[in-house]
Amino acid sequence: MIAGLTWLVAFQLLGEFIARMADLPVPGPVVGMLLLFCFLRLRRYDDAGSIVRAGTALLRHLQLFFVPAGVGVVLYLGLIGREVLPIGVAMLGSWLLGLAAVGWTAVALERLLGRPRDDLGAA
Amino acid sequence: MTAALDQALEVARSPLALLAVTLGGYQLGRWLQVRSGGHALVQPVLVTIVVVGLAITALDVDYADYRSATELIAFWLGPATVALAIPLHRQAARLKGFVVPMLVAIVVGAVVSIVSAVLLARALGAGDDLERTLATKAATTPVAIAVTDALGGIPPLAAVFAIIIGIFSAIVGPATLNLLRIRDRRARGLAVGAVSHGIGASRMLREDETEGAFAGLAMGLSALAISLLVPVLALWLF
Repeated sequence: MIAGLTWLVAFQLLGEFIARMADLPVPGPVVGMLLLFCFLRLRRYDDAGSIVRAGTALLRHLQLFFVPAGVGVVLYLGLIGREVLPIGVAMLGSWLLGLAAVGWTAVALERLLGRPRDDLGAA
Repeated sequence: MTAALDQALEVARSPLALLAVTLGGYQLGRWLQVRSGGHALVQPVLVTIVVVGLAITALDVDYADYRSATELIAFWLGPATVALAIPLHRQAARLKGFVVPMLVAIVVGAVVSIVSAVLLARALGAGDDLERTLATKAATTPVAIAVTDALGGIPPLAAVFAIIIGIFSAIVGPATLNLLRIRDRRARGLAVGAVSHGIGASRMLREDETEGAFAGLAMGLSALAISLLVPVLALWLF
């Protein structure tokens, strides 16, 4: 478990380092994720390895790690309450449009380039 | 008597107690999720935020104090984000034939998400700083904070918006995808990850590994797309 966590922290550190050095606009952990993906592919890493075991354990509780930032909502309850209509409509509307735009674009291009998948039909 | 009460309150406001309330709230959220048969509305992150919000309001604890007490929890968001490479690695075979649709869809989605948030807020009379804050809400929280800061919005509020939309998406995302008739698991994961980052990805991971893997990837790619596109789109939006 600790060996796997050490690897994950090391990849995050490497990601932070590269993001800072190359002045990338993305956060270190996202760069670390892409680096780890390349590493796992190149090493043909299997499911018994320490990185997979530690990482899977962390991912099971991914939601927990957002709580400290999310509790910050208490600071803005007043502002959100006053502007509830524009905030609510803008968030909901752009969420739905964004979701449809990504999903439909991906499916339409799949159809254009080959055969689309129908995973739910098989299930 | 009052001295004893003061001491009890002091312990209740200590970092250890705030950590305990957070972990306890999360366990309650997980228990409720199981008890409700995995009902979509019962997302542990939502239950925990409500429990902690009530607790720190009742105990009159400053958010800054709460934040530093729970640094230990927030820290793991970084390594967990790195770990999103794992489901993707296990699903890598499914990337074949999907790379071009995926990249185009992410860029289209980022533009639609940014522009529609700003224009909808403007149409309903939101202030300029609120529009600038809403523009980034589809990005993962660290990106939302950084980009909003550069744009002249309210960074901590951007983090709150990102998390609210994440929770919302975790609740209604899969059902909405069914309504939109998006049936390819790769496209489903991609869409949710693109509009609602890690919290959406965590819901998709529980539904299906392929959906979770592509949600994690979409989260990373969208963070990149949003941070590059917001400054460009800002030139004609503002």
